[in-house]
Amino acid sequence: MKRILVGIKRVVDYNVRVRVKPDGSGVITEGVKLSINPFDEIAVEEALRQKEKGACDEVVVASIGPADCQTQLRTALAMGADRAILVETAAALPPLSVARVFLRLAEKETPLLVVLGKQAVDEDNSQTAQMLAALWARPQATFISKLEIGADLARVTREVDAGLEMLEVDLPAVISTDLRLNEPRYVKLPEIMKAKKKPLEVLPLDSLGIAGDLRVRAVNYAPPSQRPKGVRVADAAELVAALRSRGVL
Amino acid sequence: MTQVLVVAEHGQGKLSQSTARAVSCALQLPDAAVSVAVFAAEGAAVAAQAARLTGVQRVVLVEDARHAHPLAALIAPQLAELAAGASHVLGQSSTFGRDLMPRVAALLDAPQLSDIAAVESAKRFRRPIYAGNAIVTVEVDAPQLVATVRVASFQPAAVGEGAAPIEAAKPLAVLPTHTRFVSLSTSQSDRPELQSAARVVSGGRAFASAENFQKLYKLADLLGAAVGASRAAVDAGFAPNELQLGQTGKIIAPELYMAFGISGAIQHLTGIKDARTIVAVNKDSEAPIFEVADIGLVGDVFAVLAELERLVGTPPG
Repeated sequence: MKRILVGIKRVVDYNVRVRVKPDGSGVITEGVKLSINPFDEIAVEEALRQKEKGACDEVVVASIGPADCQTQLRTALAMGADRAILVETAAALPPLSVARVFLRLAEKETPLLVVLGKQAVDEDNSQTAQMLAALWARPQATFISKLEIGADLARVTREVDAGLEMLEVDLPAVISTDLRLNEPRYVKLPEIMKAKKKPLEVLPLDSLGIAGDLRVRAVNYAPPSQRPKGVRVADAAELVAALRSRGVL
Repeated sequence: MTQVLVVAEHGQGKLSQSTARAVSCALQLPDAAVSVAVFAAEGAAVAAQAARLTGVQRVVLVEDARHAHPLAALIAPQLAELAAGASHVLGQSSTFGRDLMPRVAALLDAPQLSDIAAVESAKRFRRPIYAGNAIVTVEVDAPQLVATVRVASFQPAAVGEGAAPIEAAKPLAVLPTHTRFVSLSTSQSDRPELQSAARVVSGGRAFASAENFQKLYKLADLLGAAVGASRAAVDAGFAPNELQLGQTGKIIAPELYMAFGISGAIQHLTGIKDARTIVAVNKDSEAPIFEVADIGLVGDVFAVLAELERLVGTPPG
């Protein structure tokens, strides 16, 4: 069966203005809205579109986290994914460990493509897809805005600093999604009901034989420095005068 | 000695300024011995430029026709091999570095830190998370660390008189053939490069069309500035993707940043708030961009642009 494996991460919703705890031990995540990382939602959408085009037969969506991450997996199932896997752990894993988990899943599911978001909007790491590709010894195509799947290869367009780069990669491969790849669909109520009956497998992290990794430790969180309050000017002439007096014009 | 290996980013035979900034970050590590690795089809010119950066002790040049267009899958195994003996392997927080370095980290089984913005010690760094809403201090306990450097946070290392030795290297790594470059389309421009420009003017949704967005270029040329855009302007097709600033686009720190018709979502602000002077022009006086602006002007973007063109007059220089 031709399969696409998609990874999703539960994050603080991107509309939430995140605040640092007063004691510097972390950011406030209690009582805030949690959602699928926006780039991962694009990843799910892309897999579904590929399935609709006939490029694959099954979309499997996987997440790593505590039991209640099933909520986000159910959302992905309601979007149209066929089945879900939760790798359950209370620990926050660094990207290299996440990549190892996805390597195990890739070995088990033998997908033609693993699709991940280009970064998660909480830690902003942008590492997992590339690490998975390295561990799996397969091609990576990161930050993509276009994907065409052929018989045994994929053609992708990547958003790079210089413009748009086209690559050809053999399958299986790992891709990471950029913003302009697609616009994720809205989920309708009947699909939410239907998604409750779709298979969702829970695998304890230990069962995959992946140990924790404590080599990077966060020791303090702080709010960013604030810029001093600025001035308002009335028109373009005052603006030019203000710029000249600051010596920047 | 802290052995630091910095990978060079380059294009059209020129070393990118982001490499000089990454070198500057490397030099902040205590007792750093900094080497720069250049991967190119023909890299002599780039290697010579890297060799002249103050503080660089050695340049390692890997020439291979397959590096004519940089591909992470091909560079990573060679860089990982060259990194033996280095405690820190640094790249840039550009699409080049962000693509490459995690692949290197995984091959080395080393942890990676992305977007390091400050060096506290060889083991302790600060980096922004949550679109810059928080700064986390992290401690690393590993013999090897891979990192991308948030280039906007570091001044470029100066170009010196002397030159470090350049060594040709032939890493043994077998290069895969599973990833192939097809083409690169780029909007050619004589304007300064967005990530190193001293002045940047940028536009947002208020421009309403690609044609209107062109109005920004006139002022940019008068100021000798690069042009940037908000995500909204890029999504709407007013501007190409390589102009996007912010959490998921480019992060810049120019002397002057002028935002026209950009509301200032937090995801945008994280890409520009290191600018020395921020100017905001927006018709909505409540737009969040005014919270970070040094100089704010509430008004019609097109009227203000036209007036500025007139006032700024002839191009500098």
